[in-house]
Amino acid sequence: MKPNAALEGLFNGGNTPKAMKTGTTIAGVVFKDGVVLGADTRATSGEVVADKMCAKIHYISPNIYCCGAGTAADTEKTTDLLSSNLAIYSLNSGRNPRVVMAVNILQDMLYRYHGQIGANLILGGVDCTGNHLYTVGPYGSVNKVPYLSMGSGDLAALGILEDGFKPDLELEPAKELVRAAIKAGIMNDLGSGNNIDICVITKQRVDYIRPYQESQYKDNRKIKYKYRPGMTPFLTEKVVPLKLEVVQESVQKMETA
Amino acid sequence: MLFTCMFQHFGDPGKMKDYHYTGPVEHKFSPYAFNGGTVLAVAGEDFAIVASDTRLSEGYSIHSRDSPKCYKLTDTTVLGCSGFHGDCLTLTKIIDARLKMYKHSNNKTMTSGAIAAMLSTILYSRRFFPYYVYNIIGGLDEEGKGAVYSFDPVGSYQRDTYKAGGSASAMLQPLLDNQIGFKNMEGVEHVPLTKDKAVQLVKDVFISAAERDVYTGDALRICVITKEGINEETIPLRKD
Repeated sequence: MKPNAALEGLFNGGNTPKAMKTGTTIAGVVFKDGVVLGADTRATSGEVVADKMCAKIHYISPNIYCCGAGTAADTEKTTDLLSSNLAIYSLNSGRNPRVVMAVNILQDMLYRYHGQIGANLILGGVDCTGNHLYTVGPYGSVNKVPYLSMGSGDLAALGILEDGFKPDLELEPAKELVRAAIKAGIMNDLGSGNNIDICVITKQRVDYIRPYQESQYKDNRKIKYKYRPGMTPFLTEKVVPLKLEVVQESVQKMETA
Repeated sequence: MLFTCMFQHFGDPGKMKDYHYTGPVEHKFSPYAFNGGTVLAVAGEDFAIVASDTRLSEGYSIHSRDSPKCYKLTDTTVLGCSGFHGDCLTLTKIIDARLKMYKHSNNKTMTSGAIAAMLSTILYSRRFFPYYVYNIIGGLDEEGKGAVYSFDPVGSYQRDTYKAGGSASAMLQPLLDNQIGFKNMEGVEHVPLTKDKAVQLVKDVFISAAERDVYTGDALRICVITKEGINEETIPLRKD
């Protein structure tokens, strides 16, 4: 049963658009006071890098964050849906949601779709029962683990985690372990790259550090590629004046690397 | 990934797997692999440049970070080949042997144009089981002017001023069309390309390719061919 069979009929045998996959390295580690989650920031569409600074650590609730690997749209929408549902629960009960609740809701939804939703998630959070790290697969499988990595770079990162993990790590060694694991994924896996994001969740607070470590590769092009006005040939010209008043002005720098 | 693969082998849910032989079973073995890599060649007035990245990959893994794709054929000709590494190696061995044979029979080194014509026949001789290689030859012709010959996997070729081939070729070619061919621009003075500007352009263009193509990176090997000889330079690129 192919999910997008109806879509293929519309393209007359041409190429259907490929879903943007994150081709990722994500990792999580439980330490003494909480959970550390890490992720790289590259999103690929086939062999082309689609986004060099995409955010893979998603907010679920004030005490729970989730890293997502797999199809980008699936991970984003699934985590958004989960976050909304848990927010409603919080408002109804006046409590912070527990990590097991998030896991059960996710598992339920993904199993219902029988793997058609390509979301490989690592959920980490701190609640009244302790520090928890879970993984949920696209078919609805769940595992509760002390450390884990997922995505196309999972084996590279897992090597570092297996070597360096100890129960009850302190904060700085735990952050360093996750950073090294993601770095291994970035260097050895072609689907992962660019910067490293880290999210530290403890009982008192959440530190979402984006980026935790910037990529050391700065583009250093020497020639200035400037296009003066008049270089683009135009065939006809039609000027329509618009009467506008400036209400708000904001500047957002474009990624020109 | 690790945990979900076991679920993919379940057939129809709720039905026992049928154990009967349904006829010949087709196994998918492909004689080709795609090892990535990008090559680029530019011809100037009295020089030619052949550049390639040095990453050898397969799937999402890296086999080697130091596997350049430029092969020196003669003192005035360099071949850049990307695609399936096994075929690249065999093809370059065959070309080397044929160059030697020509030298021994004709008592002179093959010219760039002659090598290009020979490569075309070598590739076409394998029309029905092609060499999965994208070739670009860069060198100096008999008059000492820069020459670039670009090929497809079965031997169709033409002489160009500049050409990009390999995994990031679709990203590089439009930029070269604009900067070297002055295409899609007007009101720009068509200055002839100097060697230094060409080398800097090639470096910049590969930095851009490494940003957006996962198969391109690690290092860039540039071979500059002039009448003095072949000068090789290696500069680092992104390793992630």
